[in-house]
Amino acid sequence: MEPFRKRLRQWLTLIGLSAVLLLAGCSREQYVVLDPKGPVAKQQYDLIVWSFGLMLIIVLAVFGIFAYVIIKYRAKPENKGYEPPDQEGSKLLEMIWTLIPVAVVIALAIPTVKATYGLEKQPSSDRPPMTIKVTSADWKWIFRYPKEGIETVNYVTIPADTPVQFEMDAVGPMNSFWVPSLGGQEYTMPGMVMHLWLQADHPGVYQGRSANFSGKYFTHMTFDVVAKSPADYDKWVQQVKKTAPKQTEAQYLKLLERGLAKKMTFSSYPKIADQAGLIGDVKGIKNQMNRPKEPVTGTMHHHAH
Amino acid sequence: MGFHLPKNFFVTGEPMIYVADVLSVLTIAGIVFVLTYYKKWKWLWDEWLTTVDHKKIGIMYLISSLLMLFRGGIDGLLMRTQLALPNLHILDAEHYNQIFTAHGTIMIFFMAMPFIFGLMNVAVPLQIGARDVAFPYLNAVSFWLFFAGCMLFNIAFMIGGAPDAGWTNYTPLAGSDLAPGPGINYYLLSLQISGIGSLMTGINFLVTILKMRAPGMTLMRMPMFTWSVLITSIIIIFAFPVLTVALALLTIDRLFGSHFFTIAGGGEPMMWANLFWIWGHPEVYIVVLPAFGIFSEVISTFARKRLFGYGAMVYSMVVISAVSFLTWVHHFFTMGAGPAVNSFFSISTMAIAIPTGVKVFNWLFTLYKGRIEFTTPMLWAVGFIPTFLIGGLTGVMLAVAPADYQYHNSYFLISHFHYVLVGGTVFGCLAGLYYWWPKMFGFKLDERQGKWAFWLFNIGFNVCFFPQYFVGLMGMTRRMYTYPEGLGWTPYNFISTVGAYMMGVGFLIMVYNILYSVRHGERDLTGDIWNGRTLEWSISSPAPHYNFARIPEVDDLDAWWHMKQRKRKQPWELRPLKPIHMPNNSGRPFIMSIWFFIAGFGLVFEWYWMGIIGLLGVLYCMLKRSFEYDDHHYIQVDEIERTESAAGRA
Repeated sequence: MEPFRKRLRQWLTLIGLSAVLLLAGCSREQYVVLDPKGPVAKQQYDLIVWSFGLMLIIVLAVFGIFAYVIIKYRAKPENKGYEPPDQEGSKLLEMIWTLIPVAVVIALAIPTVKATYGLEKQPSSDRPPMTIKVTSADWKWIFRYPKEGIETVNYVTIPADTPVQFEMDAVGPMNSFWVPSLGGQEYTMPGMVMHLWLQADHPGVYQGRSANFSGKYFTHMTFDVVAKSPADYDKWVQQVKKTAPKQTEAQYLKLLERGLAKKMTFSSYPKIADQAGLIGDVKGIKNQMNRPKEPVTGTMHHHAH
Repeated sequence: MGFHLPKNFFVTGEPMIYVADVLSVLTIAGIVFVLTYYKKWKWLWDEWLTTVDHKKIGIMYLISSLLMLFRGGIDGLLMRTQLALPNLHILDAEHYNQIFTAHGTIMIFFMAMPFIFGLMNVAVPLQIGARDVAFPYLNAVSFWLFFAGCMLFNIAFMIGGAPDAGWTNYTPLAGSDLAPGPGINYYLLSLQISGIGSLMTGINFLVTILKMRAPGMTLMRMPMFTWSVLITSIIIIFAFPVLTVALALLTIDRLFGSHFFTIAGGGEPMMWANLFWIWGHPEVYIVVLPAFGIFSEVISTFARKRLFGYGAMVYSMVVISAVSFLTWVHHFFTMGAGPAVNSFFSISTMAIAIPTGVKVFNWLFTLYKGRIEFTTPMLWAVGFIPTFLIGGLTGVMLAVAPADYQYHNSYFLISHFHYVLVGGTVFGCLAGLYYWWPKMFGFKLDERQGKWAFWLFNIGFNVCFFPQYFVGLMGMTRRMYTYPEGLGWTPYNFISTVGAYMMGVGFLIMVYNILYSVRHGERDLTGDIWNGRTLEWSISSPAPHYNFARIPEVDDLDAWWHMKQRKRKQPWELRPLKPIHMPNNSGRPFIMSIWFFIAGFGLVFEWYWMGIIGLLGVLYCMLKRSFEYDDHHYIQVDEIERTESAAGRA
């Protein structure tokens, strides 16, 4: 059973892949979703190809029947007197075309559920994982490195071959954090922390963008993910700590206001940055700051009055 | 409170909007002039604005939805023009956002829904051998509420400013903090008003189909279109109240400062996404199941065979309707639901493919061994099969949650839902329009032009949307108003735009086809121009206002087909004519919709005095209706005889 399934899988992967590339005109790098650069994207890519192969078989079969039927049974002068039979249906045939899709759904559902659970876990790697906190605001991406204490805007540097957990929240509207080369997306929402594992296998620059409409300049909400070798990454962190300016509370609040921002790097970030995404909007953050005695804790759902 | 005019009551600053202003004023002036010049005001009032005849209401729905197909289509073309090449600035970001919001909202609420409702109105009572719907007055109210909502939505871009948060209108983007002003209010109130009409249509058709079928027409002898409408009505009744509540909550948030969806006040922005899609996913089936019904009618008519696997077709629709309520989370697999939730909704979504697949195979086997005539309605129906197959199977691909993390909100998704919504619903609507046109108007639409329109639209459609699968895999997301060079997206976008224009030309040919056929179309003297199978083809075309002079008795599926084959008259056909009970026309549904419009317009601008006046007007109309006793009349036998013999029937 197992070798057969494996062979079927390889076979389907082959048809799927060649069909995708054939239809797509062959330059694979531009099809970022089909050109995974890390284990998360790779896992999703495998599922895409598997589902594409299965669907392709169905498409070809149905198109075949369809073409045959409409050509063979079209009204022609020769069959003018032909009286079509009074068929009610066929239990057997209907069973067949119920059970085949059931089998296809099962063939799809099993790897789907496995991958859905799998993607919750850290992608395998020899190196220990790290965490980067992401806050989306209109219309920019703010990345905080809790261990290093530094902050970047509209780009994020990560070590290659290291699992990175992005912890995401938002100030203002929802956005969706998407780096197709490294893996599928997750929404950023005010008042809620979301998690996404990504990993780059090799150094490189990968483009990310928001995939969920968030207003006027949503289109320009792009960011670069710069993957460096672990040694280069450490060098980069040291350099940021030494040369980049500190970020004040006022600067941070200014950054949250609506508008576009350039790429920026800071060697520190204010405390309020860790709470901003949970409070969720600029007005609320300012209100919180004017009440210094009340500690800002948890989500706003439970603040007692 | 109080009356204050917003800074920009009339939207200014956009040349395109000035052009639209001028065109709108000219159109209205033109309509007023023509009606006055030809002294048609009384005719308009007596024959149309006050009608409670389901066939005329159906025609008004169809005219409105064709107009909205034009408006939504222009929006689509503007978007495609802007995206044809990288870095274009034909539209700026704000204008583009308003246009895609209008495109989505209009196409779903003011094009697909009324088109379906129009065909339901035209065909269902005729198919079940009834003289009207169960609640004719309510039917008129439904139409006029849709119309009032539609007009309210359509003036937004000229007066006050259009909504721009997408047709899904997610909070907090659509909340008053991030979207102040009347735009989103327009969205909420116009959908609320037309949504009430939709809910009433659902109730009306459920009762009509359950209670008003001709003697002998058991549920399992109903035509497939009627079955699809029955199931759709049930979905409407369960789904629309959710939309009503969601819209009301957000309206209260925006107008009165509550915090159902705002995080700072302890609300939950994600609740909007949930409520919206608990309505929104069944909505997809509200517009596509009747199209399935139409395809079943058209395919069996022109294959000259009864529908293959009738029972399975019915059960598959019932299953689809039930499962359609269990899939809504697949619209936000990436909003942080756990793996168990995502797995469940993944599988439930894939499961929809099973009954749908059964339907596709049954259609194929209805064609098998048939004698297929490729008339225009049949072309739309046959063209639907490959298109919908591609749309449906990419839907299965999207249902794979981890893969959806990569497709979500990308052009891959855009392509998928256009393949199902255009390839399913729009093709179905057009098949139905061409199919029932002779029954509505007594003449056929020109076949040659109809075929030209079909091929241009169909090829254009595929040229437009097929490339979008690829540009989606290249990382292009929906709702981007422009894109830079060098990503490889340009050729696909350019081809896509060319396809969009081809669809536009196809639509124009269709409009010309209608205008041309009014004068030159083949007249339908038999009432059965397609050699049909169901009861609507047993009466003259256009159908007399009482539909059936004698209520038919049904003893099989495809009742009319069997009656034709027996060739001798049935006992019921020989019975004497009796006076027919009919509802009176009423101007009140129309007037009530004006009050609704006034209330809606007032609330859009937060002029509460105007909102209150409008709602009082609505209440007054309802009160008056409650004390109306003289609401019906009888058509006498001699008038029925005259009408029947004028149509060439004994």
